[in-house]
Amino acid sequence: MTLARLRLAALVAVLCLAAAPFLVSSFSVTLLNYIGVYALVAIGLALLTGIGGIISFGQAAFVGIAAYSSAWVSAVSGYSPWLGLCLAVVLTCSVAAFLGLITLRLRGHFLSLSTIAWGLAIYFLFGNIPTLGNFNGIAAIPPIPIGSLKLSGSAQIYYLIWAIVVVCLVLSYNLLNSRMGRALRALRGGKILVESLGINAFRVKLAAFVIAAFLASLSGWLYAHLSTFISPSPFGAEMGIEYLMMAMVGGSGSPIGGVLGAALVTLLKNGIQDYLPLITKGASGELEIVVFSTLFILFLQRAPRGIVPFVARFMPQLRHVAPGTIAKLPVRAQPAPGYPLLIVQDVERRFGGLIAVNHVSFEVNAGEILGLIGPNGAGKSTMFNLLTGALRVGQGQITFAGQGICGQSQSHIARAGIARTFQHVKLRPRMTLLDNVLLGAHPRLHAGLLRGALRLDRVEEASAHAEALRQLARVGLSDDPFMLAGNLPLGKQRLLEIARALAADPLLLVLDEPAAGLRRQEKLRMAELLIALRDEHLTILLVEHDMEFVMGLVDRIVVMDFGSKLCEDAPAAIRADPRVQEAYLGSIA
Amino acid sequence: MDGTIAGFLAVDGIATGAIYALVAIGTVLIFTVTRVIFIPFGDIAAFTALTLAAIDSKKMPGTLGLVAALAILAFLTEAGSLARTRRLRQLPRAALIYLLLPLAVVGAVWAAIPFAAYEPVRILLALALIMPIAPLLDRIVFRPIASGSVLLLLVVAVALHFALVGLGLIFFGPEGVRTEPLTSFATDIAGIPIPGQSLLIVLAAIAFSLLLFLFFDFTVMGKSLRATAVNRTGARLMGIRPARSGTIAYLLGSVMAGVSGVLIAPVNTIFYDSGFLIGLKAFVGAIVGGLISYPGSAIGALFVGLLESFASFQDSALKDVIVFATLIPILLWRSFASKQIDEEVEE
Amino acid sequence: MSAMLTIENVSVSYGKVDAVRDVSLEVQPGQIVSVIGPNGAVKTTLMLATMGLLPLRGRITFEGTDLADLDVEGRVERGLCLVPETRELFAEMSVRDNLILGAYSRRDRHDLQADMHDVYRRFPRLRERSTQAAGTLSGGERQMLALGRALMAKPKLLILDEPSLGLAPLIVREIFTTIASLRELGVSILLVEQNARAALETADVGYVLETGEVVQSGPAESLINDPRLISAYLGSH
Repeated sequence: MTLARLRLAALVAVLCLAAAPFLVSSFSVTLLNYIGVYALVAIGLALLTGIGGIISFGQAAFVGIAAYSSAWVSAVSGYSPWLGLCLAVVLTCSVAAFLGLITLRLRGHFLSLSTIAWGLAIYFLFGNIPTLGNFNGIAAIPPIPIGSLKLSGSAQIYYLIWAIVVVCLVLSYNLLNSRMGRALRALRGGKILVESLGINAFRVKLAAFVIAAFLASLSGWLYAHLSTFISPSPFGAEMGIEYLMMAMVGGSGSPIGGVLGAALVTLLKNGIQDYLPLITKGASGELEIVVFSTLFILFLQRAPRGIVPFVARFMPQLRHVAPGTIAKLPVRAQPAPGYPLLIVQDVERRFGGLIAVNHVSFEVNAGEILGLIGPNGAGKSTMFNLLTGALRVGQGQITFAGQGICGQSQSHIARAGIARTFQHVKLRPRMTLLDNVLLGAHPRLHAGLLRGALRLDRVEEASAHAEALRQLARVGLSDDPFMLAGNLPLGKQRLLEIARALAADPLLLVLDEPAAGLRRQEKLRMAELLIALRDEHLTILLVEHDMEFVMGLVDRIVVMDFGSKLCEDAPAAIRADPRVQEAYLGSIA
Repeated sequence: MDGTIAGFLAVDGIATGAIYALVAIGTVLIFTVTRVIFIPFGDIAAFTALTLAAIDSKKMPGTLGLVAALAILAFLTEAGSLARTRRLRQLPRAALIYLLLPLAVVGAVWAAIPFAAYEPVRILLALALIMPIAPLLDRIVFRPIASGSVLLLLVVAVALHFALVGLGLIFFGPEGVRTEPLTSFATDIAGIPIPGQSLLIVLAAIAFSLLLFLFFDFTVMGKSLRATAVNRTGARLMGIRPARSGTIAYLLGSVMAGVSGVLIAPVNTIFYDSGFLIGLKAFVGAIVGGLISYPGSAIGALFVGLLESFASFQDSALKDVIVFATLIPILLWRSFASKQIDEEVEE
Repeated sequence: MSAMLTIENVSVSYGKVDAVRDVSLEVQPGQIVSVIGPNGAVKTTLMLATMGLLPLRGRITFEGTDLADLDVEGRVERGLCLVPETRELFAEMSVRDNLILGAYSRRDRHDLQADMHDVYRRFPRLRERSTQAAGTLSGGERQMLALGRALMAKPKLLILDEPSLGLAPLIVREIFTTIASLRELGVSILLVEQNARAALETADVGYVLETGEVVQSGPAESLINDPRLISAYLGSH
């Protein structure tokens, strides 16, 4: 399926939506209205939870803030619902930004628990503010006027709701295919990965959080003027969970899944309400909840990833067509060969009583490949993490390109020009090769959220794509840039990581065991690539314990054992050194 | 607010906090062993109160039907999983554990209710009946997704809570219950009246915490539970089955929740859906303890009880707003307090 | 004499690659068998799969029983015991509690005290620290505790994954002396090591694993001075 056919399918879907009020009963139109309203929240959750990995139980509270804002402006104070929309969006996004600033640094379940906490606090607040009608709510909310037309009938507001849904869908997909969207999609790869790419994870999370709240505020505004009456109950924990269900059922990784989930959950609830009384006589509303929750649990047990990933196999893969002439991204000047690019001075790091790195010093000179080797448990990985900022240096100094980098954040060090790879490959398996490499170029690009969503970033994106394709070609992976990274064999995944690191235009490439798990042929291939990169004046620091791989490749070797530096020399001298032989082969007990 | 009122509020708060503490400790126990944040725990407490009220009035509690239904479901789930992995040889054992044992409890309680003349006996019957619920739910709901993320387990636990609230209405009806006080004893300290029930609540909380502590420290089974919580892989390599540890944790937790339900029923009117707020507030207490520390959780739960007591004096309508808003700074503090450990794990 | 443990054509995948490829090896009753090779991850993968912690293709039998039907705990109950590279101690529990839990899988717990004294006799340091939390021990003491805890299970086959990893030479010697002394208990041992010389000195039979495959095997003493082995570790000339 091509882009043209996808556009055709989207057009048909929009036409169907437009024709619906003429074809179905007015009750069905009302149902569709609610589906649209819920879908907005679910799209936000698809971005926040499905893609960003931040589970929020509190979206219903955001919907509530917006609904109450607009109801208060229009029904209580008598101003236009459009003014209500302004207040709804501003207030909801401000509250979200405030809550996000406080809570988004929380880890894992602490974060989702906090969403329950503020969700409930806000919910209880609604019922206790007299001007908002306490638990009785606000009635007689006026319809939204467009010119002289008042959208009071369900078929009239229908077009407004679904126009907003479609626009939001398009904007979300645009966003996902932009610089910030890629950063958002990378979040689930873990903080270490994201920060190593020079991305400020917290800012990306905050942006996603506010975007989700923005979508919830649109939903709340529409909800208030659609139902003309609001009370606290639809903004409580139950609804918050229902929104989450919609996103998860639809397939939480895709905005369209939010719409599908909202439709499915709403229709299912409606169906249960209709048919349950026929099966069990006198069944109460509570039995609906039992059936509904049970279905949801069963669903999560069988298909924790939702509908869309299941259907996605039949969906088209978008293939970018490169335009003719493109401006190149600016590149850094590499330092003169021999310049001491990285200076490690007397560095120490302890874990509890264990000294993992014990007063180690060495230098990496521009234009060379330095191997840092040693047997398992020698402290190489710790040294590596200290260099890249993943761990804090206990004592000592690390200087990179003339700047002290001790105590700097990982993303700061990455932006300073140290690009790394991982011993256990960290790629985003469900992103294409191209997107993975584009992630590496993140700090070199500038497009923000809005430019991404409105597709004003196309010139820069074209340059970035060209650069990414160039790096893929450099490591020999240009055959199919639209393949998913997870489908590559390990050897090529390691090459892809290097391409991603190269896309950051680094001064120093640090590789963590690049040969681990590779077959002999793959190792040879890797060694050839690294030598080619050095010939292009790139500086490389290599942490390895595969001696065979290191020997033929590097210019100098630093050997570590028991956390200390054992010796430092050219490869041939290292091999002949009896201390190294003992460290590697072990002593005779 | 004068000293007497403050004292009165403090006594009230400590009693409420002690009830939350029991549930909080159970929550921590289950979380550490199974990684499930068992939100429906408050429901177990509420169901115990409802069961006891039914037994008190010589009615057959809805719990009988609930346990029987869950036992059948659990057995079918287990049988299905045994069939899929071609281990049908173990079917008789599964039938014994998941079907016959819970049904035996149901049968025994059913037979004993008409003869239960004394309150302690009725309490024991209610506790016995409530105990199988959580382990059976574990088998039906959580075992199939045991390796899922904490967040998946949390979402499922929340959904399970809603299912239980619905089941509560079906099995117990919409009426609220308030059981007879367990004691009419009352005293006062420095002019502040202290109801016997409050004393009883605090004593029970202390006694059960102590028992749990002894269990952990002095029995191999208790140690194996701790081992599962501390290091799952390590425990498996010693032959400790995490699923079995989970069942024991659920049983113990149910006792804690059940006792809290028995204690709260004479103080507050309990409805089929009262459990959510009890569970949630206990949970707030558990988070103060970082979801890993038992004394921390108990202190946190007491803090929540006191906070609620004083907040409802200041502004009874906003007490829940205050309790949940307070949770956010606590979460921040906990999250940053445990950061150091996180860094080490990353390494 | 039938083998105690037979690993037949076992492959273990780790993501898309085969980390272990078509490996076969045998442990006879009472034997110490060493698996050596420069890449720790491959050996560890094989051991985890043998314990049932990773899925595998191929067949593993223990005393004639196909292990495919048994889960990890079932294998422990049959007398298989792994001391993993990561030790997996119960860090927040006391040394004594760790040892007590070592005996969890045993049916007969009546001679628990005697066995605990036996462990303390082998590792007097553990007796000194019996009430201390395992997490506060030094690297060498942790390895001793891991070994001691495994001995409490009275296993028929003990699998040791990199027991010398990250330990100072003096302690490495102590650990290997202990391993050699376990022969008298009649325990069979599968020893995975990167300290090739010490491992082969201790073992009866050795297997060399390189890039996931067995490239060499034979009596331990014939392997020790094999030039191919040395090149595998230090890189070919």
